[in-house]
Amino acid sequence: MLEALEGSQAIARAVALCRPGVVAAYPITPQTHIVENLSKLVADGRLETELVSVESEFSAASVALGASAAGSRAYTASSSQGILLMAEVLFNISGMRLPVVLTCANRALGAPINIWNDHADSMAVRDCGWIQLHCANNQEAVDTSIQAFRIAEATELPVMVCVDGFVLTHTLETLEMPDQKLVDAYLPPFRFSRMLDPKHPLSLGTLVGPEYFAETRQAHHRALLDSVGAILEADRAWQAATGRSCGGLLTVEGPEDARIGVLAMGSLVSTFEEAMEVLPGRKKAKLIKLRAFRPFPDEALRHVCEGLTDLVVVDRAISTGFGGVLGGEVRSALLEMKKAPKVHNVALGLGGRDVPMEMWPRLLAVPKEVEGFRILDLDPAKLEPADL
Amino acid sequence: MTEPASLRSRQPRFRGLEAGHRACQGCGEALAARLVTESAGPDVILTNATGCLEVFTTPWPQSAWRVPWLHSLFENSAAIASGVEAALKAQGRRTKVIAMGGDGGTFDIGFQALSGMLERMHNVLYVCYDNEAYMNTGIQRSSSTPHAAMTTTSPPGKNRMGKRHMKKDLLSIIAAHHVPYAASASVAYPQDLRRKVRRAMEIEGPTFLLVHSPCPLGWGHDGTLSIEIARLGVQTGLFPLIELERGEVASVMPIRNPVPVVEYLKRQGRFRHLFSDGDHRAREEREHLQALADYNIERYGLKGDGDDPLDTDGADTVRRGGPART
Ligand SMILES: Cc1ncc(C[n+]2csc(CCOP(=O)(O)OP(=O)(O)O)c2C)c(N)n1
Ligand code: SF4
Ligand SMILES: [Mg+2]
Repeated sequence: MLEALEGSQAIARAVALCRPGVVAAYPITPQTHIVENLSKLVADGRLETELVSVESEFSAASVALGASAAGSRAYTASSSQGILLMAEVLFNISGMRLPVVLTCANRALGAPINIWNDHADSMAVRDCGWIQLHCANNQEAVDTSIQAFRIAEATELPVMVCVDGFVLTHTLETLEMPDQKLVDAYLPPFRFSRMLDPKHPLSLGTLVGPEYFAETRQAHHRALLDSVGAILEADRAWQAATGRSCGGLLTVEGPEDARIGVLAMGSLVSTFEEAMEVLPGRKKAKLIKLRAFRPFPDEALRHVCEGLTDLVVVDRAISTGFGGVLGGEVRSALLEMKKAPKVHNVALGLGGRDVPMEMWPRLLAVPKEVEGFRILDLDPAKLEPADL
Repeated sequence: MTEPASLRSRQPRFRGLEAGHRACQGCGEALAARLVTESAGPDVILTNATGCLEVFTTPWPQSAWRVPWLHSLFENSAAIASGVEAALKAQGRRTKVIAMGGDGGTFDIGFQALSGMLERMHNVLYVCYDNEAYMNTGIQRSSSTPHAAMTTTSPPGKNRMGKRHMKKDLLSIIAAHHVPYAASASVAYPQDLRRKVRRAMEIEGPTFLLVHSPCPLGWGHDGTLSIEIARLGVQTGLFPLIELERGEVASVMPIRNPVPVVEYLKRQGRFRHLFSDGDHRAREEREHLQALADYNIERYGLKGDGDDPLDTDGADTVRRGGPART
């Protein structure tokens, strides 16, 4: 059934459909509506879960860690400073191979404090060993949230579902909420192989010295690389059940013979899709939607870049002193191609700066304008000349 | 053979923490953890903050724990315990959760998570093994380090006499959460410690136990003296053994004959600078510490009246047929 729902409300309901045993989250804009909606679902008796009203994001993630280790399906959500406060725990959750699911309502990082959308938060923890999936719209946010539990539990890896703050979390969209029966069939009850249980006492989180540490990292790395299979499987099974796919690892659209490609993540993809539909000059380029940022799908990426001469990689975050993280990673992935497209890296929409459809033609001109990296939507009038 | 020793060895006794771990000889924390898990029994799940106990019990691929055990970070033992407890509740399991941490992981960096756990009324027993410094990282001061004690970050010198600040009164802060039960205990009084663990285990809700646990390495004494020094800690009044119910003092272990604090101080290297000849500051600090002990005795009414089988001299006397307690 189609419903008009706010992104956060839809995500909260999708999470509820997954019957999490334990939920813990702490308010922070623009994630707050998710924890509020979950609280209301619990208050109204529509969600039976242990809702732990923690005193910080640090404890939210820690509660999810403990709950997962004790064998319950565990969920948390946060954003920006909250993600950074969780950072230490995030590495722990993945290092212990606990299948926690987290929604990251992507937001800029301070200082200066800024509550609006960019990808600085999830990028700052890109090496935390989690699967990171980005959503282009709220239907994908709903569908990916449910898929996330299936992927996490199949791989014993935590999954971070990235949704653009405000642009998605606070926007009303008409979307399809799956029904409970469908989700129950898609997502069997959670059984954790290493559950804390006095009948089979295990020690989890032990000290590992130099003689074993590299091997734990290799195993974790291998698991993340192999999670590609689980991500594709979860999306295929979802498509079989609902008729909808979120695009697996990545998707490409646009004319076959286009020589320019634009690669983006998150809601920018929807903006550019719309632009390709309605603006003149739309036939010129391919649009690559990167859904999986971790594991980084370099092979699939090389495949869709065959035949391109130029690729514009749009970052919504900046690694100061380097440039765009996504740009750098794409560039290194494409190095292995015989005829790799030239990569032009731009950042857009930092700290919530609006990215209108009109940005699309500008992007198509980037190959002639940008070597290396540039923040494309700067207003030079607001900068000291020396800072340009 | 019915030698008493072999009879004892054949007695079924549950051990949550096995021998063979890598603690220093005479480690109070190892002893305390053994006593706590022994009294709590097998139907528990433990969480452990980073610190000596975590490190010396679980060098992969070995573990000294016979009960399920979870370590995550230095500052989140209470929060992961909250998560474990929430999960058990969701699953309808009745296993008791025990969170453990050192004084650093409890008084300092994990304090917020602990306060949150108490406020939310999780059914968790939190045990703090108080050895009064960050031992795992090489003896740095914590907010539990006694006033004037020497650590590597509170060294004495021309301008300092060891730690400048007071030992944080954590139990009073715990009491302010109005939890059903909180207590202090000492490895020098194992019967008392066991009883307090069992008491806490029976309570549905958050409970807290602060266990004074000498660290021969950090306190600067021989490993064979741990119990003696812990006992002096109690007998001087520096580490009062009390029980709190809903924030009110419910009982104390009376001190039969209060011992002057110098008897406690002079046995430990961490207070050595308080005995340097002719340094008036040393005498002042000794007096200061005596005043703190006197204050504790006064505040909690620790001065017993007459011999009591449960006072500081009676409580560790082993009697035929067990301790004289119902
Ligand atoms: C966030 C963080 N900061 C610092 C450390 C380093 N560290 C590990 S254990 C420890 C001290 C532990 O002291 P305490 O809790 O008193 O336990 P003890 O070793 O004395 O038993 C410190 C400082 C850490 N692991 N994590
Ligand atoms: S340093 Fe102290 S606390 Fe750590 S193992 Fe040795 S005696 Fe125990
Ligand atoms: Mg300590």
